[in-house]
Amino acid sequence: MTDMSLSKYKIPEQDPNVRNRNFNEVALGYTEELAIKEADRCLNCKHMPCVKGCPVNVDIPGFIQKIKEGDFEEAYRVIARTNSLPAVCGRVCPQETQCEELCVRAIKGEAVGIGRLERFAADYHMAHTDEFGSESMEGQTALKGKAAIVGAGPAGLTCAGDLAKLGYDVTVYEAFHEPGGVLTYGIPEFRLPKEIVRKEISLLEKIGVEVRVNMVIGKILTIDELLENHDSIFIGTGAGLPRFMKIPGENLNGVYSANEFLTRINLMKAYKWPEFDTPVQIGKNVAVIGGGNVAMDAARSAKRLGAENVFIIYRRGEEELPARLEEIHHAREEGIIFKLLNNPVSIKGNDAGNVKAIECIRMELGEPDSSGRRRPVPIAGSEFEIDMDTVIVAIGQTPNPLIKDTTRDLKTESWGGITVDEETMATNIEGVYAGGDIVTGAATVILAMGAGKKAAASMDEYMKKKHSV
Amino acid sequence: MEGETYMYRILEKKILNNSVQQMKIEAPLIAAKAGPGQFIILRIDETGERIPLTIAGYDREEGSVTIIFQMVGKTTKQLGTLEEGDSIRDFVGPLGKASELEGYSKACVIGGGLGTAIAFPQAKALHEMGAEVDIIAGFRNKDLIILEEEMKANSTNLYITTDDGSNGTKGFVTDILKERLKEKTYDVVIAIGPLIMMKFVSMITKEAGIKTIVSMNTIMVDGTGMCGGCRLTVGGETKFACVDGPDFDGHLVDFDEAIMRSTRYSSEEEHSCRLGGYLDD
Repeated sequence: MTDMSLSKYKIPEQDPNVRNRNFNEVALGYTEELAIKEADRCLNCKHMPCVKGCPVNVDIPGFIQKIKEGDFEEAYRVIARTNSLPAVCGRVCPQETQCEELCVRAIKGEAVGIGRLERFAADYHMAHTDEFGSESMEGQTALKGKAAIVGAGPAGLTCAGDLAKLGYDVTVYEAFHEPGGVLTYGIPEFRLPKEIVRKEISLLEKIGVEVRVNMVIGKILTIDELLENHDSIFIGTGAGLPRFMKIPGENLNGVYSANEFLTRINLMKAYKWPEFDTPVQIGKNVAVIGGGNVAMDAARSAKRLGAENVFIIYRRGEEELPARLEEIHHAREEGIIFKLLNNPVSIKGNDAGNVKAIECIRMELGEPDSSGRRRPVPIAGSEFEIDMDTVIVAIGQTPNPLIKDTTRDLKTESWGGITVDEETMATNIEGVYAGGDIVTGAATVILAMGAGKKAAASMDEYMKKKHSV
Repeated sequence: MEGETYMYRILEKKILNNSVQQMKIEAPLIAAKAGPGQFIILRIDETGERIPLTIAGYDREEGSVTIIFQMVGKTTKQLGTLEEGDSIRDFVGPLGKASELEGYSKACVIGGGLGTAIAFPQAKALHEMGAEVDIIAGFRNKDLIILEEEMKANSTNLYITTDDGSNGTKGFVTDILKERLKEKTYDVVIAIGPLIMMKFVSMITKEAGIKTIVSMNTIMVDGTGMCGGCRLTVGGETKFACVDGPDFDGHLVDFDEAIMRSTRYSSEEEHSCRLGGYLDD
C-alpha cells in the first residue's frame, strides 16, 4: 500500500558540528526499514516520468518495486543493467533537477527519494557481494573488437562498463595514478568516500575492463597511435584546467585553484598529512571564490582542515548560486559564511609574498544577461578588505587541451571543447568518439555518464559494422 | 589499477656525490617519446607525494629513462635509499614541451649545481648538431662537481666555478659569463639552475641582447595543466610551467615572483615538492 506522507523519510546524517571536523561521510544512508518505507511512497506510475529524467535510463519504478519487496540485491541488479556507477550516482546526482523533478509525488509534497534509494541498493550490494551483478553479462559471448577509453572519469568509466557488458575488449587510460577522474580528485571524501569509488571501479574490472594508470594520452601515446591497435576510441578527458580571475595578487602564496586544493586533499590525502607526504596549507581565514558545487566542496574541506572562518564570496545573489540546494544547506549548517553580491578586486600580500587580505567590491543585480541571470554590477566606491590567509579560486574549469593539441585534424570548438555529432557522440575522426565535460564544458557527473553511455552504443554499432565487412 | 603490474624498476643506480644520485628507470613507453628538457612525475609508494624531475637522459633501445636528483626533501631522501632492482610505484611522462635546440651555431650552456645535470644533455645535443658550445658549470665546492668528464667531451670550452675556489675559478657562473662576453657573443644562452642564478644570467644576457632560455622548476601536483600550482608570470601573462614550459624566455620571466612562490611549502618540514631539485645552492 502506498505511503502517502508528503515528505521524504529523513536520511540520517552526522551532526553538523561534529562532521565539520572530520572527513567521514555526511549522509549515513537509509536502514533497510527506512528504505522500504521510502520505497512505499512510490506510486509505480505506468508512464514512468522519472525515467525520462535519467540520462542513463535506470528503470526507477522497477528497482523501487524490488526494494518494497525487500529484495535489495535484485533492486541493485535492475539499476546495474543500465548504470555502471550506482553507488556514485546515488550520492552525487542532482536528482532534484533530473528524475525527482519529474516524480508525480513532487506535484504535492516531496518527490520519492530516488537518489537515496539508489544509494541504498548499491551500498547493500557492495556490503554483500563482490560481483558486478548485471544480468546482461550472463550468457554473453565475447565480441570481436577492441576499444580504448581515454580518461577514467564518469564518462569514460560508463562507456567502458557498457562496452565490457557487451563483451568488447576495453582498456581505460588514466593520467593520474588512480582512476575515477573528478570522483577521485575532485569530490571530497565526506560526500563520496573513495572506498566506494574504488569498489565501483573494481566491479568494472571484474567484468573485464582493464585500467592503465599513469598514461597521459597526448604525451606517452597519441590518439593516432591508439587507433593503430584499437577499433574505436572514446575521449572523456574532462574539463580539467582551472580558470583564474586575472586580478592583482593571484599568484601570491596561499592562493589555490580549487583543482589544486581539492586534488591535494582528495587524491593525495593531504588531510592525513604527515602520514601522507603531500601538504596543504589552510590558515585561520579562508575565502572561496565562486558559488558552485566545487566552491562548496572547497569551503567545507577548508573548514574540516581547521580553518576558523570560511567565506564563500560570490558576485551574484542567493537565487543565482549554481550549487545544489543540498550542498548550500550543508555548507551553512557547517558554519560556512556566505558573502553574496561581493566580487574580489585584488588579493593583498605581506612582504614574504603570503596572502594577507582580500579586497572586494559590493555588487547589485542589474538586467538579465545572456545566461538569463541578472547581471551583477559593481557599486562604485564600496570596496572593502577582509583579512585572509588562504584564497581558493573556484570559478570554473576549461577543457584540457592535451588531446586537441596532439591529434591532427580533430575538430574542436573555439572554446576548446571537442566537436561531436550530438546523436552519436562521434568526432570528425572515424572511430573516435567523445563525451562528458570535454564536449559540454564543466557539467555534472550524470550528464557525463549519459554521454559515455550514448557513445558506447554508437561504438558498438561502429565496431559491429567494421567487423562484418 | 593494480600498481604491481606496472611498477617501474630501477635498472641502475650511481652515486654522483654525497647528496646527488643518478638512476636509470625502466619505462619503455616514456623512453620512446622523451625529448630534451621534458620531465617526469614520480610517486614512490602509496603514501608518497608526486614530485617532478627533469629527464636527464633516455635510451629508447633499452627502454630506460635517467633521472638525477639531490636528496634534499623527504621524497628525494627516500628515493636515495632505493637500490637497483627496487621499483617505483608511479612514473609518468614525458611531460612538458621538449626544448627547441635547432638552428644555433654558437651556444653557451650554463648549469648551476644539480641544474648542470639537466643542462648537460642540452649541451650534448647542441654539440652533436655541430654547434660551438661553451659550458659554464658552477658548484658550491669541489666535492659537489658532477659530470666533469662528460662535459669536457661534449663542449668546445668548459669552465667550472666553485663558490669557495676549491676547484676551477672561485666565483659564480655569472662572473665567467661576463668575462666570456667581453671576447665573444652567442646565438643563445641556456641557463638551468637555481632561480637566483637564472635571474642574474638573464639580466646579463638581456643587456647583451642574447636570446636566453631558462628551465623553470616549480611546485606542481599533476603536471598536466590541472592544478595551476606551477603558475608563473612570463611577459605579464600567467603561464603553467608544466604544459607551457618548462622552458621559457629568461628575459620575460618574473623571477622575483617565482622565487617567492618556490618557498611556499618550506615550513612543511623538508618536503621537496619542486622540480628537479636544482637546489644545490
